Amino acid sequence: MYAIIEVGYLLATISFLGGLKFMSSPKNAKTGNLIAAMGMVLAVVLTFVAAITATVPYTNLTIMFLAIAIGTLIGKRLSDKVEMTGMPQLVSLFNATGGGCAMLLGLVEANQMDITTSILGNQILLIAGLVTGAIALTGSIIAERKLAGKVKDRRSKSVIFSARILLGLMVLLPVLYFFGIIPIGFTAFMYVLATLAMVYGVLFVLPIGGADMPVVISLLNSITGIATAFAGFVYGNKAMIAGGIFVGAAGILLTLLMCKAMNRSLLKVLAGTFKKSKNGIVEEEQDIKEISISETAMSLSFAQKVAIVPGYGLAVAQAQHICGQLQQLLEKRHVGVDYIIHPVAGRMPGHMNVLLAEANVEYSHLKEMDEGNENMEQYDVVLVLGANDVVNPAAENNPDSPVYGMPIIRVYESKQVIVIKRSMNKGYAGVQNDLFGLDNCCILFGDAKVSLQEIVNQLKLI
Amino acid sequence: MDASSFYQTTTTRLAMDFINQNIQEIYFVLFCVFIGIEVIANVPAILHTPLMSGANAISGVILVGAIIVMLRVPADDYLNLTLGGIAVFLGTLNISGGFFVTGRMLKMFSSKK
Repeated sequence: MYAIIEVGYLLATISFLGGLKFMSSPKNAKTGNLIAAMGMVLAVVLTFVAAITATVPYTNLTIMFLAIAIGTLIGKRLSDKVEMTGMPQLVSLFNATGGGCAMLLGLVEANQMDITTSILGNQILLIAGLVTGAIALTGSIIAERKLAGKVKDRRSKSVIFSARILLGLMVLLPVLYFFGIIPIGFTAFMYVLATLAMVYGVLFVLPIGGADMPVVISLLNSITGIATAFAGFVYGNKAMIAGGIFVGAAGILLTLLMCKAMNRSLLKVLAGTFKKSKNGIVEEEQDIKEISISETAMSLSFAQKVAIVPGYGLAVAQAQHICGQLQQLLEKRHVGVDYIIHPVAGRMPGHMNVLLAEANVEYSHLKEMDEGNENMEQYDVVLVLGANDVVNPAAENNPDSPVYGMPIIRVYESKQVIVIKRSMNKGYAGVQNDLFGLDNCCILFGDAKVSLQEIVNQLKLI
Repeated sequence: MDASSFYQTTTTRLAMDFINQNIQEIYFVLFCVFIGIEVIANVPAILHTPLMSGANAISGVILVGAIIVMLRVPADDYLNLTLGGIAVFLGTLNISGGFFVTGRMLKMFSSKK
């Protein structure tokens, strides 16, 4: 019996890894998700079979099965109802539930633990799981609220300062406790730590700016994974350890990727600081060429290959569906349409791809930045929608610019660039965009969604 | 300091003994970290959102711990029953929501032709 259970956990671990592996192509990803989900069901059922005995009271079983049933139903409902634009919020919310589960586990274990017989290593692991879980819980909730626009950034010194003090305390207190300097029971101590960690989670996310959210979500995701791994050590369960570490690794990897794509260091994102532009930057007068709706429609319909560079602004304007319509119209005229997507477009890693996929765009038309850059010269027209800093050539040729060093989509190498913009306002980084002054760049002033709709209408007439 | 006297210092000995006793787990963790990074680094940017929500669902494997706890708590220990019940609920929500929403997203990526 014992052997069957161990083999089952092994299968679950393999299924997690296999599921993630299958995610490397859009074709197989659905299968991967299914495999991982089946592994999860296997792990849960096995745990139940292994731990159930005739002496387990009915109360416990009733509560447990009720909780599982309600949890499954609510999870299904939430995932059916969510809008694709709201995906970052939902992922944050689910992340909070994982963290919350880890924190509660730590508390229950502490309540039941016999402090005189348990070993020090287990207590340290419990503390680690509890603290990371609590941070992930409240941090993710604040992230969710921020993404929903319900909580504003608080970048005051006191918030950042208190967060650092709390972080120090969470390292220091357990050390003092184990040297016997803090004379309270282990359970009471765990409640104190849980409270501190929950407050820290709030303070840690509060100062982080809205545009840095992709970094924070990835990081919190990773923290939940690590909390799971810690809990796995407490129970000596390899499926939990492996699952937790895979998630932790995925989160860290995406965090670093996002930081690199935004040209910001992780520490600076966490501290909520911004790169200030150097003093004395001379803003050159730009010679800006305007273009009208009908001219845009014309050049699009006469092009052979068109690329669309969508940015955060497109998602905000909810214009991705009209974008999809534009593509279909152009394809009817045998104009090839690709999307070139910067890694930080949208509000979480890969978000823009999901939004476009929802608007019925084939994934073969979704190009990553590097691929797009390689073939940039082939595009007759590049349409920039709601993106700004990610197409600014200053990132490559102006060492004084705050965006210098950031990987960009080199739209200026294409034959013609049309930027749809509401006004000449600066982008997130607050710098002038050198692209707008170039000879092959025209600007179509107007709201992204309205302008797109008008272009679509014009194209139908031509 | 030669090797044996280095080992004699208390902290070093404690640390070495701890590592020695858990050497299998430590190898396991190391391999998991590297395999995890290797596998995940191959996921294209197109799929980063589903990857993240799928990974999120996998971290719901913490539910295993919550179930073990629920089967162990005495039936009259209401505090722990409540906390454990909430833990099971949250863990299940994480798993079910995570996998369902990932499935929904991936369905949109499948070829429509």
